[in-house]
Amino acid sequence: MSAHETKYSTVLQTDPLTTSYYVRNLEFWYGDFNALTNISLDVMPSAVTAFIGPSGCGKSTFLRCMNRMNDLIPDTQVGGKMLLKGADIYGSGVDPVDLRRRVGMIFQQPNPFPQSIYDNVAYGPRLQGVKKKRDLDDIVEDSLKRANLWKEVKDILDKNGLAISGGQQQRLCIARVLAVQPEVLLMDEPCSAIDPTSVQKIEDLMAEIKDEVTIIIVTHNMQQAARVSDYTSFFLQEVAGEPAVLVESGKTSDIFTAPIDKRTEDYITGRFG
Amino acid sequence: MGTNLNPNNEQRKTGMQVLKELKEEHKKSDSGLGRAHFNNRVALGVLWGATGVTIGLLAIILIYVSYHGLSVVLQDFPRFIFTWPEGVNAEGGIWPTIIATLYSTGLAMGIATPIAVLAAVYLAEYAKQGKIVKTIRFAADSLASVPSIVMGLFGLAFFVETLGIPLSMLAASLGLSLLMLPIIMRATEEAIRAVPRYIRWGSYGMGATKWQTVSRVVIPTATPRIITGLILALARAIGETAVVFLTMGIAINLPIVPTDSGRSMSVHLYLMAVEGINLPSAYGTAFLLLLIILILNLSARWISKRYSRIEGA
Repeated sequence: MSAHETKYSTVLQTDPLTTSYYVRNLEFWYGDFNALTNISLDVMPSAVTAFIGPSGCGKSTFLRCMNRMNDLIPDTQVGGKMLLKGADIYGSGVDPVDLRRRVGMIFQQPNPFPQSIYDNVAYGPRLQGVKKKRDLDDIVEDSLKRANLWKEVKDILDKNGLAISGGQQQRLCIARVLAVQPEVLLMDEPCSAIDPTSVQKIEDLMAEIKDEVTIIIVTHNMQQAARVSDYTSFFLQEVAGEPAVLVESGKTSDIFTAPIDKRTEDYITGRFG
Repeated sequence: MGTNLNPNNEQRKTGMQVLKELKEEHKKSDSGLGRAHFNNRVALGVLWGATGVTIGLLAIILIYVSYHGLSVVLQDFPRFIFTWPEGVNAEGGIWPTIIATLYSTGLAMGIATPIAVLAAVYLAEYAKQGKIVKTIRFAADSLASVPSIVMGLFGLAFFVETLGIPLSMLAASLGLSLLMLPIIMRATEEAIRAVPRYIRWGSYGMGATKWQTVSRVVIPTATPRIITGLILALARAIGETAVVFLTMGIAINLPIVPTDSGRSMSVHLYLMAVEGINLPSAYGTAFLLLLIILILNLSARWISKRYSRIEGA
Protein backbone atom coordinates (compact mmCIF):
# COMPACT_ATOMS: atom_id res chain seq x y z
CA MET A 1 0.00 0.00 0.00
CA SER A 2 1.48 3.30 -1.02
CA ALA A 3 1.77 5.78 1.79
CA HIS A 4 -0.90 8.41 1.58
CA GLU A 5 0.08 12.01 1.93
CA THR A 6 -2.37 14.56 3.27
CA LYS A 7 -2.28 18.03 1.69
CA TYR A 8 -2.32 20.96 4.11
CA SER A 9 -3.07 24.53 3.13
CA THR A 10 -2.03 25.62 6.63
CA VAL A 11 1.16 24.42 8.25
CA LEU A 12 0.76 21.81 10.97
CA GLN A 13 1.56 23.20 14.40
CA THR A 14 4.64 22.05 16.21
CA ASP A 15 3.44 23.02 19.68
CA PRO A 16 0.39 20.99 20.76
CA LEU A 17 -0.56 23.71 23.25
CA THR A 18 -1.47 26.10 20.46
CA THR A 19 -4.14 23.64 19.30
CA SER A 20 -7.32 22.30 20.78
CA TYR A 21 -6.82 18.83 19.32
CA TYR A 22 -3.39 17.73 18.12
CA VAL A 23 -3.73 14.52 16.12
CA ARG A 24 -0.77 12.67 14.64
CA ASN A 25 -0.79 9.41 12.65
CA LEU A 26 -4.06 8.20 14.10
CA GLU A 27 -5.21 4.70 13.21
CA PHE A 28 -8.57 3.13 14.01
CA TRP A 29 -9.79 -0.46 13.79
CA TYR A 30 -13.22 -2.09 14.04
CA GLY A 31 -12.04 -5.61 14.80
CA ASP A 32 -9.69 -6.51 11.92
CA PHE A 33 -10.91 -3.69 9.72
CA ASN A 34 -8.57 -0.72 9.61
CA ALA A 35 -11.17 2.06 9.23
CA LEU A 36 -8.90 5.12 9.46
CA THR A 37 -5.22 5.39 8.69
CA ASN A 38 -2.51 7.94 9.20
CA ILE A 39 -4.74 10.86 10.17
CA SER A 40 -2.81 13.96 11.22
CA LEU A 41 -4.50 17.27 11.79
CA ASP A 42 -4.83 20.23 14.13
CA VAL A 43 -8.11 21.50 15.46
CA MET A 44 -7.75 25.16 16.31
CA PRO A 45 -9.36 26.57 19.46
CA SER A 46 -12.13 29.18 19.35
CA ALA A 47 -13.07 28.21 15.82
CA VAL A 48 -15.44 25.95 13.93
CA THR A 49 -13.88 23.00 12.12
CA ALA A 50 -15.93 21.05 9.58
CA PHE A 51 -15.30 17.42 8.65
CA ILE A 52 -16.62 16.68 5.18
CA GLY A 53 -16.62 13.66 2.90
CA PRO A 54 -18.92 11.08 1.34
CA SER A 55 -20.93 8.65 3.50
CA GLY A 56 -18.82 5.94 5.08
CA CYS A 57 -15.59 7.91 4.83
CA GLY A 58 -14.89 7.59 8.55
CA LYS A 59 -15.51 11.18 9.58
CA SER A 60 -18.05 10.19 12.23
CA THR A 61 -15.75 7.43 13.42
CA PHE A 62 -12.98 9.98 13.77
CA LEU A 63 -15.32 12.34 15.63
CA ARG A 64 -16.17 9.57 18.09
CA CYS A 65 -12.47 9.03 18.72
CA MET A 66 -12.31 12.60 20.00
CA ASN A 67 -14.43 11.93 23.11
CA ARG A 68 -13.75 8.18 23.24
CA MET A 69 -17.34 7.37 22.38
CA ASN A 70 -15.94 4.46 20.36
CA ASP A 71 -14.96 2.88 23.67
CA LEU A 72 -18.63 1.92 23.98
CA ILE A 73 -18.43 -0.15 20.78
CA PRO A 74 -16.90 -3.54 21.52
CA ASP A 75 -13.72 -4.70 19.78
CA THR A 76 -12.40 -1.34 18.58
CA GLN A 77 -8.81 -0.14 18.75
CA VAL A 78 -7.00 3.17 18.40
CA GLY A 79 -3.39 3.88 17.50
CA GLY A 80 -1.35 7.03 17.06
CA LYS A 81 -1.51 10.23 19.00
CA MET A 82 -4.49 12.37 19.95
CA LEU A 83 -3.86 15.22 22.39
CA LEU A 84 -6.45 17.56 23.85
CA LYS A 85 -4.82 20.78 25.06
CA GLY A 86 -1.53 18.91 25.06
CA ALA A 87 -2.70 15.92 27.09
CA ASP A 88 -3.03 12.45 25.58
CA ILE A 89 -6.70 11.48 25.78
CA TYR A 90 -5.80 7.81 25.30
CA GLY A 91 -3.11 7.94 27.96
CA SER A 92 -3.22 5.58 30.88
CA GLY A 93 -5.13 7.02 33.79
CA VAL A 94 -7.46 9.06 31.57
CA ASP A 95 -11.08 8.34 32.51
CA PRO A 96 -13.31 8.63 29.43
CA VAL A 97 -16.10 9.81 31.73
CA ASP A 98 -14.02 12.86 32.74
CA LEU A 99 -13.04 13.43 29.12
CA ARG A 100 -16.69 13.50 28.00
CA ARG A 101 -17.46 16.19 30.56
CA ARG A 102 -14.95 18.38 28.74
CA VAL A 103 -15.98 17.30 25.26
CA GLY A 104 -19.74 17.37 24.65
CA MET A 105 -21.43 15.63 21.77
CA ILE A 106 -24.51 16.25 19.64
CA PHE A 107 -25.90 13.42 17.52
CA GLN A 108 -27.68 13.27 14.19
CA GLN A 109 -30.86 12.04 15.85
CA PRO A 110 -32.07 14.50 18.52
CA ASN A 111 -32.02 12.44 21.71
CA PRO A 112 -33.65 14.29 24.59
CA PHE A 113 -34.44 12.14 27.60
CA PRO A 114 -38.16 11.47 28.07
CA GLN A 115 -38.20 13.94 30.96
CA SER A 116 -39.15 17.59 31.29
CA ILE A 117 -37.26 20.24 29.33
CA TYR A 118 -35.92 21.58 32.62
CA ASP A 119 -34.70 18.18 33.81
CA ASN A 120 -33.02 17.56 30.46
CA VAL A 121 -30.90 20.68 30.77
CA ALA A 122 -30.32 20.19 34.51
CA TYR A 123 -29.14 16.61 33.94
CA GLY A 124 -25.44 17.35 33.53
CA PRO A 125 -25.13 19.94 36.33
CA ARG A 126 -26.97 17.56 38.69
CA LEU A 127 -24.54 14.77 37.78
CA GLN A 128 -21.75 17.08 38.84
CA GLY A 129 -23.41 17.83 42.13
CA VAL A 130 -25.25 21.14 41.60
CA LYS A 131 -28.20 20.87 43.97
CA LYS A 132 -29.60 24.31 44.77
CA LYS A 133 -32.73 25.12 42.82
CA ARG A 134 -31.62 28.70 42.23
CA ASP A 135 -28.27 27.64 40.76
CA LEU A 136 -29.98 25.09 38.54
CA ASP A 137 -32.55 27.67 37.42
CA ASP A 138 -29.73 29.99 36.38
CA ILE A 139 -27.87 27.28 34.48
CA VAL A 140 -31.02 26.09 32.71
CA GLU A 141 -32.00 29.58 31.60
CA ASP A 142 -28.49 30.51 30.53
CA SER A 143 -27.97 27.28 28.58
CA LEU A 144 -31.33 27.50 26.82
CA LYS A 145 -30.56 31.11 25.88
CA ARG A 146 -27.20 30.13 24.40
CA ALA A 147 -28.91 27.35 22.46
CA ASN A 148 -31.38 29.87 20.99
CA LEU A 149 -34.31 28.01 22.51
CA TRP A 150 -35.23 30.01 25.61
CA LYS A 151 -37.89 32.21 24.02
CA GLU A 152 -39.75 29.19 22.66
CA VAL A 153 -39.77 27.10 25.83
CA LYS A 154 -39.53 29.46 28.79
CA ASP A 155 -43.21 28.93 29.62
CA ILE A 156 -43.24 25.18 29.06
CA LEU A 157 -40.17 24.05 30.99
CA ASP A 158 -42.26 21.31 32.64
CA LYS A 159 -43.27 19.84 29.30
CA ASN A 160 -41.73 16.56 28.16
CA GLY A 161 -38.61 17.07 26.05
CA LEU A 162 -40.05 14.71 23.44
CA ALA A 163 -43.18 16.81 23.02
CA ILE A 164 -41.46 19.65 21.12
CA SER A 165 -40.49 19.69 17.44
CA GLY A 166 -37.42 17.86 16.15
CA GLY A 167 -35.51 21.09 15.59
CA GLN A 168 -36.35 22.29 19.09
CA GLN A 169 -35.32 18.91 20.46
CA GLN A 170 -31.93 19.25 18.80
CA ARG A 171 -31.44 22.70 20.32
CA LEU A 172 -32.55 21.25 23.66
CA CYS A 173 -29.78 18.66 23.31
CA ILE A 174 -27.32 21.46 22.58
CA ALA A 175 -28.50 23.32 25.69
CA ARG A 176 -28.13 20.11 27.69
CA VAL A 177 -24.51 19.80 26.59
CA LEU A 178 -23.72 23.50 27.06
CA ALA A 179 -25.03 23.27 30.63
CA VAL A 180 -21.88 21.38 31.65
CA GLN A 181 -19.65 24.04 30.06
CA PRO A 182 -17.62 21.82 27.75
CA GLU A 183 -14.39 23.03 26.18
CA VAL A 184 -15.21 21.29 22.91
CA LEU A 185 -18.51 20.57 21.20
CA LEU A 186 -18.62 17.67 18.75
CA MET A 187 -21.58 17.74 16.36
CA ASP A 188 -22.30 14.67 14.25
CA GLU A 189 -24.50 15.84 11.36
CA PRO A 190 -26.66 17.83 13.76
CA CYS A 191 -28.82 19.43 11.08
CA SER A 192 -29.62 16.55 8.76
CA ALA A 193 -32.90 15.60 10.43
CA ILE A 194 -34.47 18.95 11.31
CA ASP A 195 -36.38 21.92 9.90
CA PRO A 196 -34.67 24.87 8.14
CA THR A 197 -35.63 27.42 10.81
CA SER A 198 -33.90 25.39 13.47
CA VAL A 199 -30.91 24.83 11.19
CA GLN A 200 -30.60 28.62 10.90
CA LYS A 201 -30.81 29.01 14.67
CA ILE A 202 -28.19 26.32 15.24
CA GLU A 203 -25.82 27.91 12.74
CA ASP A 204 -26.34 31.26 14.46
CA LEU A 205 -25.59 29.86 17.89
CA MET A 206 -22.46 28.16 16.60
CA ALA A 207 -21.13 31.52 15.53
CA GLU A 208 -22.12 33.02 18.89
CA ILE A 209 -20.47 30.44 21.13
CA LYS A 210 -17.39 29.47 19.16
CA ASP A 211 -15.18 31.93 21.05
CA GLU A 212 -15.75 29.98 24.25
CA VAL A 213 -16.30 26.49 22.86
CA THR A 214 -14.25 24.87 20.13
CA ILE A 215 -16.73 23.35 17.66
CA ILE A 216 -16.20 20.39 15.37
CA ILE A 217 -19.04 19.56 13.00
CA VAL A 218 -19.47 16.62 10.68
CA THR A 219 -21.69 17.58 7.78
CA HIS A 220 -22.82 16.31 4.39
CA ASN A 221 -23.92 19.74 3.39
CA MET A 222 -21.16 21.62 1.50
CA GLN A 223 -22.96 24.96 1.79
CA GLN A 224 -23.25 24.50 5.53
CA ALA A 225 -19.55 23.67 5.84
CA ALA A 226 -18.66 26.74 3.81
CA ARG A 227 -21.05 28.97 5.81
CA VAL A 228 -20.25 27.96 9.38
CA SER A 229 -16.68 26.73 9.49
CA ASP A 230 -13.28 28.39 9.70
CA TYR A 231 -11.36 25.19 8.97
CA THR A 232 -12.29 22.17 6.88
CA SER A 233 -10.94 18.64 6.69
CA PHE A 234 -11.86 16.35 3.81
CA PHE A 235 -11.99 12.59 4.50
CA LEU A 236 -12.23 9.93 1.82
CA GLN A 237 -12.34 6.18 1.56
CA GLU A 238 -11.37 5.57 -2.04
CA VAL A 239 -11.69 1.77 -2.15
CA ALA A 240 -14.26 -0.17 -0.15
CA GLY A 241 -12.50 -2.32 2.44
CA GLU A 242 -9.45 -0.05 2.50
CA PRO A 243 -8.97 2.43 5.32
CA ALA A 244 -10.20 5.99 4.93
CA VAL A 245 -7.67 8.81 4.78
CA LEU A 246 -7.55 12.54 5.33
CA VAL A 247 -7.16 13.98 1.85
CA GLU A 248 -6.87 17.64 2.60
CA SER A 249 -7.10 19.97 5.56
CA GLY A 250 -6.85 23.70 5.98
CA LYS A 251 -8.70 27.00 6.06
CA THR A 252 -12.26 26.70 4.76
CA SER A 253 -11.70 29.63 2.43
CA ASP A 254 -8.70 27.86 0.87
CA ILE A 255 -10.39 24.48 0.58
CA PHE A 256 -13.44 25.89 -1.13
CA THR A 257 -11.70 28.35 -3.43
CA ALA A 258 -8.32 26.79 -4.12
CA PRO A 259 -8.27 23.10 -3.22
CA ILE A 260 -4.82 21.53 -3.59
CA ASP A 261 -5.98 17.97 -4.25
CA LYS A 262 -7.98 17.10 -7.36
CA ARG A 263 -10.25 14.80 -5.31
CA THR A 264 -11.14 17.65 -2.95
CA GLU A 265 -12.11 19.79 -5.90
CA ASP A 266 -14.19 16.97 -7.39
CA TYR A 267 -16.02 16.46 -4.10
CA ILE A 268 -16.83 20.08 -3.30
CA THR A 269 -17.97 20.75 -6.85
CA GLY A 270 -20.31 17.79 -6.49
CA ARG A 271 -18.68 15.44 -8.95
CA PHE A 272 -19.01 12.50 -6.54
CA GLY A 273 -20.35 11.59 -3.14
CA MET B 1 -27.03 -28.52 -20.74
CA GLY B 2 -29.13 -29.90 -23.52
CA THR B 3 -31.54 -32.62 -24.39
CA ASN B 4 -28.72 -35.01 -25.20
CA LEU B 5 -27.57 -34.86 -21.59
CA ASN B 6 -31.03 -35.78 -20.49
CA PRO B 7 -32.23 -38.40 -22.95
CA ASN B 8 -35.02 -39.59 -20.71
CA ASN B 9 -36.40 -36.15 -20.39
CA GLU B 10 -36.60 -35.17 -24.02
CA GLN B 11 -40.29 -34.53 -23.66
CA ARG B 12 -39.84 -32.41 -20.51
CA LYS B 13 -41.81 -29.19 -20.64
CA THR B 14 -40.37 -25.93 -19.44
CA GLY B 15 -42.07 -24.14 -16.57
CA MET B 16 -43.40 -21.53 -18.93
CA GLN B 17 -44.99 -24.17 -21.12
CA VAL B 18 -46.70 -25.76 -18.11
CA LEU B 19 -48.05 -22.41 -17.03
CA LYS B 20 -49.32 -21.69 -20.53
CA GLU B 21 -51.16 -24.98 -20.72
CA LEU B 22 -52.71 -24.46 -17.31
CA LYS B 23 -53.93 -21.06 -18.36
CA GLU B 24 -55.49 -22.50 -21.49
CA GLU B 25 -57.18 -25.17 -19.42
CA HIS B 26 -58.57 -22.49 -17.15
CA LYS B 27 -59.87 -20.66 -20.18
CA LYS B 28 -61.68 -23.75 -21.46
CA SER B 29 -63.51 -24.34 -18.22
CA ASP B 30 -63.35 -21.90 -15.34
CA SER B 31 -63.15 -24.84 -12.98
CA GLY B 32 -59.51 -24.07 -12.07
CA LEU B 33 -59.93 -20.44 -11.18
CA GLY B 34 -63.31 -21.18 -9.75
CA ARG B 35 -61.76 -23.68 -7.42
CA ALA B 36 -59.17 -21.14 -6.31
CA HIS B 37 -61.91 -18.64 -5.50
CA PHE B 38 -63.81 -21.32 -3.65
CA ASN B 39 -60.74 -22.28 -1.63
CA ASN B 40 -60.16 -18.66 -0.81
CA ARG B 41 -63.65 -18.32 0.56
CA VAL B 42 -63.34 -21.52 2.59
CA ALA B 43 -60.06 -20.39 4.11
CA LEU B 44 -61.54 -17.03 5.02
CA GLY B 45 -64.53 -18.77 6.53
CA VAL B 46 -62.38 -21.06 8.67
CA LEU B 47 -60.27 -18.14 9.91
CA TRP B 48 -63.39 -16.16 10.69
CA GLY B 49 -64.85 -19.13 12.53
CA ALA B 50 -61.76 -19.65 14.68
CA THR B 51 -61.64 -15.96 15.59
CA GLY B 52 -65.35 -15.97 16.33
CA VAL B 53 -65.04 -18.94 18.69
CA THR B 54 -62.27 -17.19 20.64
CA ILE B 55 -64.12 -13.93 21.05
CA GLY B 56 -67.42 -15.71 21.56
CA LEU B 57 -66.08 -17.82 24.41
CA LEU B 58 -64.74 -14.78 26.20
CA ALA B 59 -68.06 -13.01 25.72
CA ILE B 60 -70.02 -16.02 26.99
CA ILE B 61 -67.87 -16.28 30.13
CA LEU B 62 -68.19 -12.57 30.84
CA ILE B 63 -71.94 -12.52 30.20
CA TYR B 64 -72.54 -15.71 32.17
CA VAL B 65 -70.60 -14.54 35.22
CA SER B 66 -72.06 -11.05 35.04
CA TYR B 67 -75.60 -12.43 34.63
CA HIS B 68 -75.29 -14.54 37.76
CA GLY B 69 -72.95 -12.32 39.73
CA LEU B 70 -74.11 -8.78 39.06
CA SER B 71 -77.51 -9.31 40.67
CA VAL B 72 -75.81 -10.68 43.81
CA VAL B 73 -73.51 -7.68 44.03
CA LEU B 74 -76.27 -5.16 43.30
CA GLN B 75 -78.69 -6.67 45.78
CA ASP B 76 -78.73 -4.22 48.72
CA PHE B 77 -75.73 -2.54 47.07
CA PRO B 78 -73.06 -2.17 48.40
CA ARG B 79 -73.80 -4.63 51.22
CA PHE B 80 -72.18 -7.62 49.42
CA ILE B 81 -68.89 -5.78 49.08
CA PHE B 82 -68.66 -4.13 52.48
CA THR B 83 -70.10 -6.57 55.01
CA TRP B 84 -68.84 -9.73 56.66
CA PRO B 85 -70.00 -13.23 55.81
CA GLU B 86 -72.76 -14.57 58.04
CA GLY B 87 -73.95 -17.98 59.20
CA VAL B 88 -71.58 -20.70 58.04
CA ASN B 89 -69.70 -18.01 56.15
CA ALA B 90 -71.90 -18.66 53.14
CA GLU B 91 -74.32 -15.78 53.53
CA GLY B 92 -73.71 -12.07 53.73
CA GLY B 93 -70.87 -10.10 52.22
CA ILE B 94 -67.24 -10.85 51.37
CA TRP B 95 -65.43 -7.77 52.72
CA PRO B 96 -62.64 -9.62 54.64
CA THR B 97 -61.80 -11.74 51.59
CA ILE B 98 -61.41 -8.64 49.41
CA ILE B 99 -59.04 -7.14 51.97
CA ALA B 100 -57.10 -10.42 52.32
CA THR B 101 -56.72 -10.61 48.55
CA LEU B 102 -55.50 -7.02 48.15
CA TYR B 103 -53.28 -7.33 51.25
CA SER B 104 -51.49 -10.47 50.10
CA THR B 105 -51.05 -9.43 46.47
CA GLY B 106 -49.89 -5.96 47.48
CA LEU B 107 -47.35 -7.42 49.87
CA ALA B 108 -46.26 -9.94 47.23
CA MET B 109 -45.67 -7.13 44.78
CA GLY B 110 -43.63 -5.28 47.37
CA ILE B 111 -41.44 -8.35 47.84
CA ALA B 112 -41.10 -9.39 44.19
CA THR B 113 -40.68 -5.99 42.51
CA PRO B 114 -37.32 -4.83 43.89
CA ILE B 115 -35.72 -8.26 43.46
CA ALA B 116 -37.08 -8.76 39.96
CA VAL B 117 -36.26 -5.25 38.77
CA LEU B 118 -32.72 -5.29 40.11
CA ALA B 119 -32.09 -8.74 38.64
CA ALA B 120 -33.41 -7.54 35.30
CA VAL B 121 -31.20 -4.44 35.38
CA TYR B 122 -28.21 -6.63 36.01
CA LEU B 123 -29.14 -9.04 33.22
CA ALA B 124 -29.89 -6.34 30.66
CA GLU B 125 -27.17 -3.83 31.43
CA TYR B 126 -24.28 -5.43 33.26
CA ALA B 127 -24.11 -9.17 32.69
CA LYS B 128 -21.89 -10.30 29.86
CA GLN B 129 -24.32 -11.60 27.25
CA GLY B 130 -23.68 -15.28 26.73
CA LYS B 131 -24.38 -18.72 28.03
CA ILE B 132 -24.95 -17.75 31.67
CA VAL B 133 -27.44 -15.01 30.84
CA LYS B 134 -29.28 -17.37 28.50
CA THR B 135 -29.41 -19.97 31.25
CA ILE B 136 -30.79 -17.45 33.73
CA ARG B 137 -33.43 -16.38 31.23
CA PHE B 138 -34.37 -19.99 30.59
CA ALA B 139 -34.63 -20.55 34.34
CA ALA B 140 -36.92 -17.54 34.71
CA ASP B 141 -39.14 -18.76 31.90
CA SER B 142 -39.26 -22.21 33.46
CA LEU B 143 -40.12 -20.71 36.84
CA ALA B 144 -42.99 -18.87 35.18
CA SER B 145 -44.40 -22.13 33.86
CA VAL B 146 -44.27 -24.12 37.11
CA PRO B 147 -47.88 -25.17 37.91
CA SER B 148 -49.20 -22.95 40.67
CA ILE B 149 -50.29 -25.92 42.80
CA VAL B 150 -46.66 -27.05 42.83
CA MET B 151 -45.61 -23.55 43.83
CA GLY B 152 -48.23 -23.68 46.59
CA LEU B 153 -46.88 -26.98 47.81
CA PHE B 154 -43.38 -25.56 47.86
CA GLY B 155 -44.63 -22.49 49.72
CA LEU B 156 -46.29 -24.69 52.30
CA ALA B 157 -43.25 -26.93 52.71
CA PHE B 158 -40.64 -24.18 52.74
CA PHE B 159 -42.16 -20.99 54.15
CA VAL B 160 -44.65 -22.61 56.52
CA GLU B 161 -43.15 -25.96 57.56
CA THR B 162 -39.43 -25.19 57.31
CA LEU B 163 -39.23 -21.47 58.15
CA GLY B 164 -42.10 -21.71 60.59
CA ILE B 165 -44.12 -18.79 59.20
CA PRO B 166 -47.77 -19.35 60.12
CA LEU B 167 -50.46 -19.69 57.45
CA SER B 168 -50.79 -15.98 56.85
CA MET B 169 -50.64 -12.97 54.52
CA LEU B 170 -46.86 -13.14 54.74
CA ALA B 171 -46.60 -16.81 53.77
CA ALA B 172 -49.09 -16.30 50.95
CA SER B 173 -47.34 -13.23 49.61
CA LEU B 174 -43.99 -15.02 49.65
CA GLY B 175 -45.59 -17.80 47.62
CA LEU B 176 -47.25 -15.33 45.26
CA SER B 177 -44.01 -13.41 44.81
CA LEU B 178 -42.48 -16.61 43.40
CA LEU B 179 -45.14 -16.48 40.68
CA MET B 180 -44.68 -12.78 40.01
CA LEU B 181 -40.89 -12.75 40.04
CA PRO B 182 -40.26 -14.18 36.55
CA ILE B 183 -43.08 -12.15 34.96
CA ILE B 184 -41.79 -8.86 36.35
CA MET B 185 -38.19 -9.75 35.59
CA ARG B 186 -38.77 -10.54 31.93
CA ALA B 187 -41.03 -7.52 31.45
CA THR B 188 -38.40 -5.25 33.03
CA GLU B 189 -35.64 -6.74 30.94
CA GLU B 190 -37.61 -6.18 27.74
CA ALA B 191 -38.43 -2.64 28.85
CA ILE B 192 -34.77 -1.82 29.49
CA ARG B 193 -33.67 -3.31 26.21
CA ALA B 194 -36.29 -1.20 24.44
CA VAL B 195 -34.62 2.04 25.57
CA PRO B 196 -32.93 3.31 22.38
CA ARG B 197 -29.16 3.30 22.20
CA TYR B 198 -28.98 6.94 21.16
CA ILE B 199 -30.70 8.03 24.39
CA ARG B 200 -27.98 6.25 26.39
CA TRP B 201 -25.38 7.90 24.18
CA GLY B 202 -26.82 11.28 25.07
CA SER B 203 -26.06 10.51 28.69
CA TYR B 204 -22.63 8.95 28.16
CA GLY B 205 -21.77 11.84 25.83
CA MET B 206 -22.13 14.22 28.76
CA GLY B 207 -19.76 12.38 31.02
CA ALA B 208 -22.24 10.23 32.91
CA THR B 209 -21.00 6.96 34.36
CA LYS B 210 -22.74 3.71 33.58
CA TRP B 211 -24.67 3.68 36.85
CA GLN B 212 -25.71 7.31 36.43
CA THR B 213 -26.92 6.53 32.93
CA VAL B 214 -28.79 3.42 34.08
CA SER B 215 -30.35 4.93 37.17
CA ARG B 216 -31.18 8.41 35.87
CA VAL B 217 -31.99 7.82 32.22
CA VAL B 218 -32.51 4.16 31.33
CA ILE B 219 -34.74 3.10 34.22
CA PRO B 220 -36.92 6.25 34.21
CA THR B 221 -37.35 5.84 30.45
CA ALA B 222 -38.31 2.20 30.88
CA THR B 223 -40.60 2.81 33.86
CA PRO B 224 -43.96 2.93 32.04
CA ARG B 225 -43.28 -0.44 30.46
CA ILE B 226 -42.03 -1.83 33.75
CA ILE B 227 -45.28 -0.69 35.39
CA THR B 228 -47.25 -2.42 32.65
CA GLY B 229 -45.40 -5.64 33.48
CA LEU B 230 -46.05 -5.11 37.19
CA ILE B 231 -49.76 -4.74 36.65
CA LEU B 232 -49.95 -7.84 34.49
CA ALA B 233 -48.10 -9.80 37.19
CA LEU B 234 -50.50 -8.36 39.76
CA ALA B 235 -53.50 -9.47 37.72
CA ARG B 236 -52.00 -12.94 37.56
CA ALA B 237 -51.49 -13.07 41.34
CA ILE B 238 -54.83 -11.64 42.33
CA GLY B 239 -56.78 -14.51 40.83
CA GLU B 240 -54.33 -17.14 42.03
CA THR B 241 -56.02 -19.86 44.10
CA ALA B 242 -53.75 -22.84 44.66
CA VAL B 243 -50.87 -20.95 46.24
CA VAL B 244 -53.00 -18.91 48.65
CA PHE B 245 -55.17 -21.89 49.49
CA LEU B 246 -52.10 -23.72 50.77
CA THR B 247 -50.28 -20.80 52.40
CA MET B 248 -52.90 -18.34 53.67
CA GLY B 249 -55.44 -20.66 55.19
CA ILE B 250 -59.20 -20.48 54.78
CA ALA B 251 -60.40 -18.79 57.96
CA ILE B 252 -62.48 -15.68 57.49
CA ASN B 253 -60.43 -12.95 59.09
CA LEU B 254 -59.69 -9.29 58.50
CA PRO B 255 -55.88 -9.20 58.31
CA ILE B 256 -54.06 -6.41 60.13
CA VAL B 257 -50.44 -7.58 60.56
CA PRO B 258 -48.66 -9.75 57.97
CA THR B 259 -48.79 -12.82 60.18
CA ASP B 260 -52.61 -12.75 60.28
CA SER B 261 -54.32 -15.50 58.38
CA GLY B 262 -57.34 -15.03 56.15
CA ARG B 263 -59.28 -16.23 53.15
CA SER B 264 -58.76 -14.74 49.71
CA MET B 265 -61.57 -14.07 47.21
CA SER B 266 -60.44 -16.89 44.95
CA VAL B 267 -60.37 -19.38 47.82
CA HIS B 268 -63.75 -18.14 49.03
CA LEU B 269 -65.11 -18.65 45.52
CA TYR B 270 -63.65 -22.13 45.40
CA LEU B 271 -65.13 -23.14 48.76
CA MET B 272 -68.56 -21.71 47.91
CA ALA B 273 -68.56 -23.55 44.61
CA VAL B 274 -67.07 -26.87 45.64
CA GLU B 275 -69.27 -27.24 48.67
CA GLY B 276 -72.26 -25.97 46.76
CA ILE B 277 -73.44 -24.03 49.80
CA ASN B 278 -74.10 -20.74 48.15
CA LEU B 279 -73.53 -20.62 44.43
CA PRO B 280 -74.88 -17.07 43.96
CA SER B 281 -72.29 -15.83 46.45
CA ALA B 282 -69.60 -17.60 44.41
CA TYR B 283 -70.81 -15.83 41.28
CA GLY B 284 -70.83 -12.49 43.07
CA THR B 285 -67.24 -13.06 44.18
CA ALA B 286 -66.24 -14.18 40.67
CA PHE B 287 -67.79 -11.07 39.20
CA LEU B 288 -65.87 -8.77 41.55
CA LEU B 289 -62.64 -10.68 40.89
CA LEU B 290 -63.09 -10.32 37.13
CA LEU B 291 -63.86 -6.64 37.61
CA ILE B 292 -60.63 -6.04 39.55
CA ILE B 293 -58.56 -7.89 36.94
CA LEU B 294 -60.29 -6.05 34.11
CA ILE B 295 -59.50 -2.72 35.75
CA LEU B 296 -55.86 -3.76 36.19
CA ASN B 297 -55.54 -4.85 32.55
CA LEU B 298 -57.16 -1.66 31.30
CA SER B 299 -54.83 0.50 33.37
CA ALA B 300 -51.84 -1.45 32.01
CA ARG B 301 -53.07 -0.71 28.48
CA TRP B 302 -53.68 2.91 29.34
CA ILE B 303 -50.18 3.37 30.72
CA SER B 304 -48.48 1.75 27.74
CA LYS B 305 -50.63 3.77 25.33
CA ARG B 306 -49.87 7.01 27.05
CA TYR B 307 -46.20 6.11 26.91
CA SER B 308 -46.19 5.35 23.19
CA ARG B 309 -47.94 8.64 22.53
CA ILE B 310 -45.22 10.59 24.32
CA GLU B 311 -42.56 8.64 22.48
CA GLY B 312 -44.18 9.13 19.09
CA ALA B 313 -44.60 12.88 19.58
